[in-house]
Amino acid sequence: MTQLALVIDLNVCVGCHACVTSCKEWNSSGWAGPMPDENPYGADPSGVFFNRVQTYEVGCFPHTETVHFPKSCLHCEDPPCVPVCPTGASYKRADNGIVLVDYDKCIGCKYCSWACPYGAREIDAQNKVMKKCTLCVDRVTDESLPEAERKPACVLACPTSARIFGDIHDPNSVASVAIREQGGYQLQPEWGTQPANHYLPRRRSQMQIHEDELIRADNPLRKEEVEMPIEQGDTLDDVAW
Amino acid sequence: MHPAFSVIFLTTLIGIGQGLFLALFTGQVYALANLIPVQESLGFYAVGSLIALLFLVLGLIASVFHLGRPERAWRAVTMWRTSWLSREVIVLPLFMLLVFLYGVAHFFGLTQPLFMVADTLPIDLTLIIGLLASMMAFALFICTAMIYASLKFLKEWYTPLTVLNYTLLGLASGFMFAAAFSAYVSFDLVSLFGIWAVIFTLLGAVSRGTSLARNRALRDKYGLTTAIGVRHPNMKQLSQGFMGGAFNTREFFHGRTAGALRLIRWFFLLAVFPIPVVLIATAYALESPSLPIAAFALQYLGLIAERWYFFAEAKHPQNIYYQSMA
Ligand code: SF4
Ligand code: SF4
Repeated sequence: MTQLALVIDLNVCVGCHACVTSCKEWNSSGWAGPMPDENPYGADPSGVFFNRVQTYEVGCFPHTETVHFPKSCLHCEDPPCVPVCPTGASYKRADNGIVLVDYDKCIGCKYCSWACPYGAREIDAQNKVMKKCTLCVDRVTDESLPEAERKPACVLACPTSARIFGDIHDPNSVASVAIREQGGYQLQPEWGTQPANHYLPRRRSQMQIHEDELIRADNPLRKEEVEMPIEQGDTLDDVAW
Repeated sequence: MHPAFSVIFLTTLIGIGQGLFLALFTGQVYALANLIPVQESLGFYAVGSLIALLFLVLGLIASVFHLGRPERAWRAVTMWRTSWLSREVIVLPLFMLLVFLYGVAHFFGLTQPLFMVADTLPIDLTLIIGLLASMMAFALFICTAMIYASLKFLKEWYTPLTVLNYTLLGLASGFMFAAAFSAYVSFDLVSLFGIWAVIFTLLGAVSRGTSLARNRALRDKYGLTTAIGVRHPNMKQLSQGFMGGAFNTREFFHGRTAGALRLIRWFFLLAVFPIPVVLIATAYALESPSLPIAAFALQYLGLIAERWYFFAEAKHPQNIYYQSMA
């Protein structure tokens, strides 16, 4: 069986929210839309998003690091949100494992959102039905698109390529290889939901620098010995944990 | 969780309806066993069923406000194999139908024995319908409570105590209403219903007290470590990804202070359990027709607070992702 999923590299994500906006753009105007905003220019704006980028601070000041954390439906392999739905509006597609809501059946009871431990579902207050990430099912299954574009909007938008899309049940897919070789993990595995989406951990990026790489043997101007005008301090890598 | 008044009214009102019906049927069984004099069908059972039905209808109306698309509610019967909510949606109207039939049978006085069991126990139509309806009433308690008790990561709810609480508190309020009603129309069944109301109230106090103590001792199983998958003792959220509110910040937080929560807890602990019991006991001693009504009214107010607290008490694991604005 195919299980489409995202693999998100926390070591690469820079927290630019490009995936958030491109998701909103694609899905507002596509099959899964609309994604209405309430009071968008007012004092207390609110609206439906399938994908959010959050930011966490790790470590003790001054040795802190910022972790940007994109969060959307994880398309769990054993999704607790599906069996609780009284209407059958929430379902997991048998052919590719995407968890979807049938907006024509949903009665807006919100029970599924209570059953999702990740807070991945948001009610559409205008159309009164539950909405969530569709993994751009209308793009990834659209055979009229060129192969390279059959990917979720967030993946195509990400400027740092922090998002990998693929079939995690195919051991040779880029997604599976990334999970296997870069320590991919699931969120809150303790609930047994088996999220299909995986995350790649933050890594310490370090370079081995040898003395002779810093001081050039033939160095007529002796640039390295020139004093910098101000103290340079530690770099990010010096404080990484 | 954010307590929704639609669900608070739904669960408390149908609880009274179920308890009241069970009180009526208890009356019929007592009369059958010659423990109490046989009641006149029309006034007692037919009117009683009508009132029980009224509570159930009020509950149903409240539930409509919880749905975004109530016009599609019929679809909710489809997933009864997996969803307790779906099962409730099936059992509630079935129960209402049986209560209605029970009232109608009594209204038309269909109480001639159809057959005898062991030559001593006359079985009539109302008894059969009443038995079926009683089974439905208990099934409904289970369905309603299992909606909450089946969500395994809402640990405050994930316990058989949830089912026990819903059942006992529904029975207590239903029998309390039956006592109040009997006192009001001066049936001599006040003490029968009153005694059962007190028994259920006291049992409810034990089970609700146990669940409060249990929930107090619960420790969160989840934390930021597994939520974002970073192992570090020192982490905090800087931004939840948006500046305004969202469904996630409204639906899953009650937004009240710990002090307000404590106040509501003390209010319901007093208003649901000891005060109604004292009022019923006083009513018994003074033969007062109005005190049982006060007991019921106060207990119902308390039950609204109890249900509010039930929802507010549950901490959803998604909240870990929504700790900081900006
Ligand atoms: S992340 Fe939540 S909404 Fe998505 S499949 Fe898992 S349980 Fe369901
Ligand atoms: S809100 Fe819609 S999708 Fe969610 S459980 Fe209710 S009917 Fe199903």
